[in-house]
Amino acid sequence: MGGTAVLFHNPREDWKLPSRGIVGMVCLIIAEAAIFIIFVVAYVFYLGKSLTGPTPRDVLELPIFTTICLLSSSFTVMGAVSALHRNKRNMCSLWLALTVLLGAIFIGGTAHEWYNLIYRDGLTIKTNLFGTTFYSLVGLHATHVVFGLCMLSLALLFSLRGQMTSKHTERLEVLSLYWHFVDGVWVVVFLVVYLFGR
Amino acid sequence: MATQTSTTALPDTTAGPEFGRRWLEVVHEWVTTVDHKKIGIMYICYALIFLLVAGFEALLMRIQLAIPNNTFVSPQVFNRLFTMHGTTMVFFVGMPILFGFGNYLIPLMIGARDMAFPRLNAFGFWISAFGGLLLYFSYLGGDGLYGAGTAPDVGWFAYAPLTSPAFSVGHSTDYWTLALLLSGVGSVATALNMVATTICMRCPGMKLNRMPLLVWLYLVTSLMVFIAIGPLTAAQIMLMLDRFAGAHFFDTQAGGSAVLWMHFFWIFGHPEVYILVLPAFAFANEIIPVFSRKAIFGYPAMVAATIGIGFISLSVWAHHMFTVGMGAWANTFFTLATMVIAVPTGIKIFNWLATLWGGKIHFTVPMMFAVAFLFQFLIAGLTGIMLSVAPLDWQLGNSYFVVAHFHYVLVGAILMMIFAAFYCWSPKMTGRVLSEKLGKWHFWLFVIGFHLTFDFMHVPGLLGMPRRIYTYEADRGWMIWNLIVSSGAIFQAIGALVFVYNLVWSYFKGQLAGADPWDAWTLEWSTTSPPPAYNFAAIPSVGSRRPLWDLKHPEDPDSNYEM
Repeated sequence: MGGTAVLFHNPREDWKLPSRGIVGMVCLIIAEAAIFIIFVVAYVFYLGKSLTGPTPRDVLELPIFTTICLLSSSFTVMGAVSALHRNKRNMCSLWLALTVLLGAIFIGGTAHEWYNLIYRDGLTIKTNLFGTTFYSLVGLHATHVVFGLCMLSLALLFSLRGQMTSKHTERLEVLSLYWHFVDGVWVVVFLVVYLFGR
Repeated sequence: MATQTSTTALPDTTAGPEFGRRWLEVVHEWVTTVDHKKIGIMYICYALIFLLVAGFEALLMRIQLAIPNNTFVSPQVFNRLFTMHGTTMVFFVGMPILFGFGNYLIPLMIGARDMAFPRLNAFGFWISAFGGLLLYFSYLGGDGLYGAGTAPDVGWFAYAPLTSPAFSVGHSTDYWTLALLLSGVGSVATALNMVATTICMRCPGMKLNRMPLLVWLYLVTSLMVFIAIGPLTAAQIMLMLDRFAGAHFFDTQAGGSAVLWMHFFWIFGHPEVYILVLPAFAFANEIIPVFSRKAIFGYPAMVAATIGIGFISLSVWAHHMFTVGMGAWANTFFTLATMVIAVPTGIKIFNWLATLWGGKIHFTVPMMFAVAFLFQFLIAGLTGIMLSVAPLDWQLGNSYFVVAHFHYVLVGAILMMIFAAFYCWSPKMTGRVLSEKLGKWHFWLFVIGFHLTFDFMHVPGLLGMPRRIYTYEADRGWMIWNLIVSSGAIFQAIGALVFVYNLVWSYFKGQLAGADPWDAWTLEWSTTSPPPAYNFAAIPSVGSRRPLWDLKHPEDPDSNYEM
């Protein structure tokens, strides 16, 4: 073993670095954001360029209720993190269950919307450019919601079985960061697709 | 903490069932490892295999083009060759070899025992390795069940509508898409790991402004990976939706846009060039000071220039598209942005020169490659400025001048620094120094071959020879130039074989390296060669940018001069 360079400066006590979980999740969010930006750009670029109908104005309805559900789930997951931090494990389970429920309502709303679009309005990914860009952008977001719901349900399961303690606060916080990102993307999708693009 | 397995498990030569079991154990150990050093070495080995494969493809193309009206390979095979050569070199040679060195060196240089997420690290490696295998599986399965297989033939940037189901029947393009998607996932995983490691795992005293420049440059590269790979992944998902689900992203008959693919691809494609070249700069930043026996000149300027390159490189992509007809304003913007990037790059070149200036230069093989890199990278940058001028690009776009220019960057700069990195750090990885004598043969053969090939390749480009043609008429006046270009390829091939022979020979018979063969200053040289699984027996703590200098010269430590 060669000598290691031990020097006198900086006693180890005041050497504190950021948490790797949070840094890792922030990196993942940057990379995912780049993917979403491209899909949003494609959506905006192809707005009004479809050769045939239906157009967004014909078929899209504002998903106000499900949007409120998804956005409030950001607050409930924050509640779960702070409850876990204070080691109130039952409260944590409750907040997590509420988060999963709100997310599930959102996904149910999307499923209902897609069912109507496909069977009532005849809009599929093949129909026109609107169908192509709409289903891919909203579908990519919905995939992220489903993934987040799986992870949150897993956390709920651990919490209900009493396997989650305040030691795990940081891990739940990392997951909540992802969930906030998914909500943030929905704000952009809502504005671009349902509000300004209609 | 890394795995507790031994790092020096070499199969002994005794035959019999004992040997067989031992061999299986070694394979099992490498396949299941989460040690950053082993993953780094696996990255490097798999990239080297693909380097030989893709180099062989280049050789076949040069044989075909050496004389006019040649029929050595068919046009179809030629299309597959240049597609596979480009795709392999960028995604399965360049990226993995640079990630391999980063994986190996970053934790050692910042005094950590492993990467931040060791299992994610193994995942990143295996997913991108499978991506490479998938790409080459297309040779067997490209046509699916319909008949004999074919490799992708759409070019490495796969412009629409070549990739549409109508023009690309069978599954060869699907293999290409999936391979790139997997490689992208692996790249993001590894880049994420590198950022988290650099930010969260530094040893006490290793402040950001004391980090070795190599680590700084890998940090910027990794951040660029996030922003560049996203668009590629998104574009591949769109292409897959087009091909499998009947979407119309790049389907012009339904109002889709072929130009949009070009934008998305190059939003990835140009930062990718800098993702590949920044690690090469990173090697130069470590090698040039050590072999000039001087501290690097202008450390803060180097960091600032790197971050500047990172930002500017995100706004230059459309200089690949001047010939598309984007309009005067877009052309002007991308011309200017491309020219501006020469400023931070120039700062780097001057800093390297100032590091050499007055130094006590040791012309070992790594330093020879580094000096060749300086010259060649300068020329590559100058032809880059030429091509950034939109009107000149209208003349030269898609000609062999462009091919010569970017090979000057990729081979003349990046590959040269990769070779330098091998000669500098493989003693750390294997415990044995590469042979200097074979190294000098490798250097001269490769540099002469490089200049024969790529200096003279500019000329047929100026004479109007387009890229990606499988042959040409005898009366074009291109023959003599192509013959010289092809003859250079032979020198490079022999040089590469000498290099591989050197790697193998030195692994078994090379001179023992010891912990610090180059009398260097960064932390990786403070531990044994090869390092133990846990890297450092005690986590080091540092007081300056050159901790080993401080250790070797306690009477005059660098920390006395820190601001």
